[in-house]
Amino acid sequence: MNRTTINSSLPLIAIFLAVGLVLSGRYRADAHSQSTGFLNLKADHSLVQGEWHLALRDLEDAVSIDRNDDGMITWDELRLRKEAICAYALSRLHVRSEADEGRIRVVDFLVDKHADGAYAVIRFVIDGVSHQEKLRLDYGAFFEIDPKHRGLFSLQTGGRTQTGVFSPENPTQQFELNDNNNKVPSSFPAFVKEGIWHIWSGYDHMLFLLALLLPGVLRRRNGTWEPVPAAKVAVVAVLKIVTAFTVAHSITLSLSVLGIIQLPTRLIESAIAASVAIAALNNLLPFYSERGWAVAFGFGLLHGFGFANALRDLGLHQGQLATTLFGFNLGVELGQLAIVGIFLPLALSVRCLLFYPRVLVRLASAVIMLVSTTWFAERILDFKWLPF
Amino acid sequence: MVSILAQAARCHLPAAGLRRISASLCALWMALGIACAEPFVPTDGEQVIERLRSSGLGSEGGELRQLRQQLNTAPMNLTLAEQYARKCIERSRSDSDPRYLGRAQAAMAPWWNASAIPANAFVIRGILKQSQHDFTNALCDLQLALTQDPRNAQAWLTRSTILTVLGDYTGARRACIPLAQLTPGLIALTAVANVACLNGDAERGCALLRNALRDNPNTAERERVWALTILAETEVRIGHSEDAQETFKKALQLDPRDVYIQCAYADLLLDLGRGREAEHLLKNSVPSDSVLLRLALAEAQQSPPPADLPMHVSMLRARFEEGHLRGDFVHQREEARFLLAIEGNAAGALKMALLNWHVQHEPADARILLESALAQRDATAALPVLAFIQSSHIEDSRLLFLTERLKRVQHP
Repeated sequence: MNRTTINSSLPLIAIFLAVGLVLSGRYRADAHSQSTGFLNLKADHSLVQGEWHLALRDLEDAVSIDRNDDGMITWDELRLRKEAICAYALSRLHVRSEADEGRIRVVDFLVDKHADGAYAVIRFVIDGVSHQEKLRLDYGAFFEIDPKHRGLFSLQTGGRTQTGVFSPENPTQQFELNDNNNKVPSSFPAFVKEGIWHIWSGYDHMLFLLALLLPGVLRRRNGTWEPVPAAKVAVVAVLKIVTAFTVAHSITLSLSVLGIIQLPTRLIESAIAASVAIAALNNLLPFYSERGWAVAFGFGLLHGFGFANALRDLGLHQGQLATTLFGFNLGVELGQLAIVGIFLPLALSVRCLLFYPRVLVRLASAVIMLVSTTWFAERILDFKWLPF
Repeated sequence: MVSILAQAARCHLPAAGLRRISASLCALWMALGIACAEPFVPTDGEQVIERLRSSGLGSEGGELRQLRQQLNTAPMNLTLAEQYARKCIERSRSDSDPRYLGRAQAAMAPWWNASAIPANAFVIRGILKQSQHDFTNALCDLQLALTQDPRNAQAWLTRSTILTVLGDYTGARRACIPLAQLTPGLIALTAVANVACLNGDAERGCALLRNALRDNPNTAERERVWALTILAETEVRIGHSEDAQETFKKALQLDPRDVYIQCAYADLLLDLGRGREAEHLLKNSVPSDSVLLRLALAEAQQSPPPADLPMHVSMLRARFEEGHLRGDFVHQREEARFLLAIEGNAAGALKMALLNWHVQHEPADARILLESALAQRDATAALPVLAFIQSSHIEDSRLLFLTERLKRVQHP
């Protein structure tokens, strides 16, 4: 046999055993699994949020994390590559509804330990696709460096979980975003319902209204609250407040939805929380007394922007903007009226008891102040303490 | 290739595939919930959160990275792709990380369906296909390599090992002849002995291996470990447990980190009812599927079982679910064993063992099928295995014992 032949086959012989042992499948000596990514989406009334687990072993090959090349990834090294990792991942995940392409916004970057190693965890919010019928997902992470990579996907909507597996042969899949009891509002009554629901479930608007209404059956005399003598006076005062609030927020709601004025959500939400606190404070230490309706008007302008954000989250259909606006606004008014309708008779009947101005108004206002101040802090600092 | 995988995945997830996938994924999310904690932000920047390669590999990681960077700039350079793929295959073994097999496939992607490539490229492709248990296409690629270059020793060796796994001992022996001519030495002798040991010539096979180990003292550690492994497994089958233990220990001295030997040794200890020793052997090993399975079996054998047992069981469950979802079907034997011994699901185990038997015919594949058939009292399902045992003349005391018991099921 000639020597060159033997020599040329030497590098191959070097992998002989790798072959022999990998071969039989008995050699499934995998401390690690094959490359797998875990993508979990959660969609609720107004928000689609997600969590994506990507193995550091995969990310290292895709974007290079191990800066000093010592075979170990530290948190500092990983953190340093956060931008690159998110850019890589998000360029390989596309979420579309029928109408729009969702915008993926990273909100958090963490680490998780799976049985087969450490994973980077990207938490994100998808803007622009909530309240659509269907979601189309395109998943393409790591396929170019590993055709055996699989993306295991789950989508939770309400009580339902849908799942799927992404592979190079099957990178695109469609999912139902809304289950039947969580339909996209598209008709006038649906928007009215959404409006009512927004007032009832949006605690900030409810508390603001309560803060304004609490002293509605009282008047200021000599530095203290005393009950109004005739129910009629109280009803007129309350009506003035509610009407002022309604007119004001209708104006800003329309301006904002029509795109004439746009203000940042965080600013608006923080200001709304502040308005609730101020209204409650006024009940304890009055600095405006008789002109409650003017205050309601001023703050109402603010709340209108908040309603606009809520309406935008429901998904606006350009073709039926008028229906949407009017329906939603009407719903908000009906919701408000219902609260007034419950509150006013109760307040009127107890207004003459000393207990009402001395204890109930003060206690309720103090609680409202506490809650709204916390909201304000949460919203301005982008943090979450309260469960509601 | 891809369509074969997809087909396999489909037959693995039959009928109501989607619903099954859903159920599996739900189970997986839950199992993952148990197996892993909440995501967190590390408090210490210096904290090591992942080790990319096993210790002792030194600069090899850098070498692989360099190759990949070169390949990135010239992805159509077949020589480079081949070199990188080969390194990846080695890494998948030394690091126990099948991920590298996927990386190798990615490098070979431009030539994955090519019909005119150099012999060595066919060999790499064949090796990758057999690692996915796509034996038919792997043999095809090896045949193409050998038509082009009949002196390709690697192709003959891989062909011989695949045919051994498939139970085609005549074909395997035939492939050993050119192998022995091309590369006389321990590897060729081990390949020959491997066939003999399974084909009714166990005593002579063992003698051959012992002599070969003695006559080739300066061969590479990995080659010696392979020969010792074959020897130990044969000694187990013919009932020489004491010798087998000594041989396993010798192999582990050469490579204490070899997961395959650890598992084979643990299997022997489990059969001898020495669960505590098996647990001790595997405790500090890498948490691979095969190790976890033996660990769980070793724990279940003790009374009271150690506290880790439920955790190991739920981890195994999660991994098998994940494998199903991915469409992998390389751990069917392990899963059948898990279903039978841990989950007590004889029907499921038998189904899985039959699927596995369609793919490969190693003694352990025969054993799990017979055990499942016995538990399910279904002698008919075991018929193909009984026929194979008879025709291959395999000497295996455990298989013989199971065969006898199955006969009694047939004729009570």
